Amino acid sequence: MFNVELTGELVAFFVLAAIMISGAVLMLTLTKVVHMVASLAAVFLGLAGMFVLLEAEFVAFVQVLIYAGAVSILMIFGIMMTKHEAVQEEPVRPVQEIVSAIGALCLFGIMFYAIRLTAFPAPSAPVTTGEDNTMEIGKLLFTQYVIPFELVSVLLTVAFIGAIVLAKKEAE
Amino acid sequence: MLPSYLTMAAILFCIGLYGALTKRNAVIVLISVELMLNAVNLNLVAFSKYGVVPSLTGQIFSLFTISVAAAEVAVGIAILIALFRARGTINVDEYDEMRR
Repeated sequence: MFNVELTGELVAFFVLAAIMISGAVLMLTLTKVVHMVASLAAVFLGLAGMFVLLEAEFVAFVQVLIYAGAVSILMIFGIMMTKHEAVQEEPVRPVQEIVSAIGALCLFGIMFYAIRLTAFPAPSAPVTTGEDNTMEIGKLLFTQYVIPFELVSVLLTVAFIGAIVLAKKEAE
Repeated sequence: MLPSYLTMAAILFCIGLYGALTKRNAVIVLISVELMLNAVNLNLVAFSKYGVVPSLTGQIFSLFTISVAAAEVAVGIAILIALFRARGTINVDEYDEMRR
């Protein structure tokens, strides 16, 4: 496990992994809700860095725009419109916390064991992601995946209209 | 390199699961669910580069996941705001109308 040579990708991976894990753990341990959202933004940005490492530049930019931008801001709005002075009080359910921690750890153990056990064959075909990642994705989206693409646009429209209707103040 | 990315995604997923199960604030629960969705995205993109047949399909799948997750967050926050207006609380363990 420790006989891998130190490549640039590995170093960048571990730096990003450290940022993401510390952000996620901070999100669990911080007490002020706004700080939780800020640490979550760090996780999203680290994930975007990992997408760049994986040669998925377009997905990385979408990640920054949608998650680090829109979703974080929306969450902050949600906090402001509910209880913005909210501080997460002391947990009153230690049993549930312990059981949840054990469950999450068991799930991680099973997944880690499965990942270690599986022999991943080397990629057979040469990587076909192309020079221009965005153009290749655009071509695929408008030829092979055009029906799911249109369905997603319908879904987004319906969801946003539904969100407006739900959050609107009811007329007296 | 693929096992490292998969392990990273597993760590993120488990942290999100723990947060979704233990946090009381509904916004934080929603955030934890987002974390789990992000872990899935990382898996998809990792397989699109290091899988047996590398292709762009994984990245396109992750794009679809991201857009569905964005719709989910919008509707989720709207429901939370409506619930907060109706009940005056944001704690998930106080939404127990159907249990009483």
